[in-house]
Order: sequence, then C-alpha cells, then structure tokens
Amino acid sequence: MNLTLKIWRQNDAADAGRLVDYPVEGITEDMSFLEMLDVLNEQLQARGEEPVAFDSDCREGICGMCSLMINGEAHGPEVTTTCQLHMRSFKDGETITIEPWRASAFPIIRDLVVDRSAFDRIIQAGGYISVNTGAAPEANNIQVPKVAADRAFDTATCIGCGACAAACPNASAMLFLGAKVTHLGELPQGQAERSPRVVNMLNQHDAEGFGGCTNIGECATACPKEIPLDVISQLNKDFRTAKKYAG
Amino acid sequence: MATQTLPATRRTGKAGSTIFLKTLMAVTGIIFILFVLAHMYGNLKLFSGERSFNTYAEHLRTIGEPMLPRRGLLTILEVVLGLSLILHVYSAVALWRRANEARPQKYAVKKAVSQSLSSKTMRWGGLFLLLFVIWHLLQFTIVKFNVGSGGGAFQHNPFQLTVHAFQVWWLTLLYILAMIALGFHLHHGVWSAAQTLGWTTTPRARRIAKTAGLVIALVVAIGFILPPLFILFGVIK
Repeated sequence: MNLTLKIWRQNDAADAGRLVDYPVEGITEDMSFLEMLDVLNEQLQARGEEPVAFDSDCREGICGMCSLMINGEAHGPEVTTTCQLHMRSFKDGETITIEPWRASAFPIIRDLVVDRSAFDRIIQAGGYISVNTGAAPEANNIQVPKVAADRAFDTATCIGCGACAAACPNASAMLFLGAKVTHLGELPQGQAERSPRVVNMLNQHDAEGFGGCTNIGECATACPKEIPLDVISQLNKDFRTAKKYAG
Repeated sequence: MATQTLPATRRTGKAGSTIFLKTLMAVTGIIFILFVLAHMYGNLKLFSGERSFNTYAEHLRTIGEPMLPRRGLLTILEVVLGLSLILHVYSAVALWRRANEARPQKYAVKKAVSQSLSSKTMRWGGLFLLLFVIWHLLQFTIVKFNVGSGGGAFQHNPFQLTVHAFQVWWLTLLYILAMIALGFHLHHGVWSAAQTLGWTTTPRARRIAKTAGLVIALVVAIGFILPPLFILFGVIK
C-alpha cells in the first residue's frame, strides 16, 4: 500500500504547529496503524529528519496510551484503539489526516503527543474508594447483584484514553466521568464516598477546562471500549441527588 | 517518578458547575415543552370558528376568577415563562462559551459520526427561535400590529387578528420556518432534557426518550403549522 499522510507537526506547546504531507510506501494491510507510523519514522530517520512523536505503550488495546484523530475520527474508523486498528481499514492511495486530541485540557507536548494528566487529577479528586490495607476480606461477605456487577464491570473497562473528550464537539469529558462514577456507584464499596465523589470529580473536570455535555453522542461512538451514553445520565442523576455537604 | 498528590480540589460548588447549568436548561426546557403543547392546542381552536376561538381566548383571561383577578393566571404564566426564557438563554450562552474555550483550536478534519441534524442546530436554531419569539410577541401580544391591510383594527378580536395576519404569504412562510426550527429544537431537546435529569440510565429508557423527542417534535411542529396554512389557502376565514 502507498499512502499520503498529513500529520500534525508541532515542536512544543509554544509552536503554532502545521500539517505536513508525508508519502509512505511499502505498507502492508496486516500492519497496525502504529506500525505504519513506525515505518514512516524509520524512513524519516534514514533521511536525517526528526521522527513524528506519538504515544503508545501496550499495543494490545488495554492501556489507553495511544490516541490520534485519524481522518476526523478518534482512534480511526473502527471501534477499537489506534494500536489495534489495522491498515486493511484503509484503501491503497488514500490520504490520511492525523491530528492530536484537541482540547485546552489536553495541551500538546509535541506533534501528536498530548498531556492527559487532567484525567489523572480527575481520578485523584474522587475516582477511588478508601480501604484499609491488610488481608483481603472474604469475597462473599458483601453480595453484589448480578446486574450491578455487570454494569460496574462494563464501565470499568474505560481505559482513560481521552477519545470521548477528543470527539466531543464541546470537548467535554463527561463520558469518562460518567464511566468512573457509574463503575464505583454500582458497587457496595463505592457507597460511602458516593456524594463527595461525584461533586469533587465534576468540580475537577470543570476546573481542568473541559466543556459541558450537550448529549450529542459522539463520545459513545468514539469510545474504543463502547461505554454507553447512559453513564452520563447516571452522572447527572448522581450529581443532582448528591448530599449538600458533599464537596 | 512518584505521582504528585493533588492540592485541595477547587470548590466551584454545585451551582457553578456544568451539570447545574445543564439542569437549569433542562428544567426550563420542560416548562417550554408544556407551554408549546398548550399553545398549540389553543391554536387548533381556530378550526372551530371565530366565536369558539374568541371565547377560548377570553376564558384564558378569566381562569380562576374570582379567586384570581382578571388575567391573574395569565400574568403568573407570563412571569414564569419570562424567567424560564432568561435562565434557558443564560445557561445556553454560558455552556456555549465554555465549549469554545474548551477547544480553542479546531480539527482540520472532523467527522460527525453520530450527530443528528437537530443536535447540530441546537445553538444557531435556538438563536433563530429567540428572535422569532421576540417578533411573535410584538406582533400578537405587545403591539398587536398587522403586516397586511387593516393594521390595528382587530385589537380586541384575536380570531380576526390571526386570520388577517396570515393572509400575507411571507409571514406564513416565516412562521412555518420557525415551527420547523422548533421541531428540530424539540427533537434533540426532549431527549437531552431526559438525559440531563437522569431519566435515561438504561438503553431502554434512552430509546423511549429519543422516541418521545421525535413524537413531541412532530406533533408540535405540525399542530402549529396547520392553522396558518389553512388561513393562507382560505379554509379558515
């Protein structure tokens, strides 16, 4: 496969940045999208040019490190992460535009790499349960209804990649927020801190500069883990019914 | 490298948050949904003739008498609707501004994968509806002017005021366009309000809310468009 890539190049946060065209040759359909970028970088290095900086880690679709806006879609055209996207999803001769996540809460570090520590701070604000360390308690002591356990597990699959905020026309991170709040709120262990959790996490979300949700649904479509839109409704409900002292 | 501990969370409080603004928008929106349904029902009374329509219009002013003064309930409703409008627009502007600040640099290429046309037109369509509401209130409530012949002659005859207004084709067209815009606004608005108020926490509830949005949008838009059309083509006169 031969492709034309239009890639966002930006030296640092202060640089204005621009799209640069790169032709790449010798790509096979079995390569992942990131392997295709590896090929490009090898060619760039051979020519003595600066390689394109992009995030990746596990390349198994479970860590949430890879990102990329590919032809205007977060993680590209398939429902998976960029590392699990394969070149068979593209046509020979295609032009592919690759941009970083764009949100003021995700400042660009270099090229396609953005700083997603805003998500870490949201988790630190309340996305946890407080437990004393020690021997693990007997698992069957606390019963969890099957439906609640399933929903908690489904929402716990969020890997915090940021695709929801990147795809949202308002740059809102409420699918991420909703996934975390639903995950912990469905479980008995999450009840003690339920009220302060939702208020503190939302305050942190707003303070980071994410926008407000207008229930359009781009986030749920972009999510590689298929987190459904109803977690945002759960978030809204939990926030509205949160105890007044919370926060 | 150790993760840094977070400094104390900034306390914007519940009232300053995005979800509070969304809730404000949803609650005032529901007040408007109830209002347009009642308004549409009243308009359909145009089909039952001049006397029936004018009696209905007069009755609106005497509801609750003698407990309430004349126009008592109407005045209460006007205050509630006026406040709702201010809060609805305020939260819309605040959220619009936050969205713009949240993404200062736009994407060079951005695909709209799952956006409905109605969700994309909420903001500009809403602005159009705001201008329309101002025009509509000036025309039929505050000034009661007539764009056609015989302006001002029907101050105390709502039926004649309405029938004469829609003899003008471009006015009828303006109202039809506004009602299509209202239909779009309701299509996304009903579902969005349900989602914001936390009523759609299951896939089934989500489908119901979306269907309700479509049904209410169609009923309201068609219900409002019928009387002006029938007046323009001389069926109601």
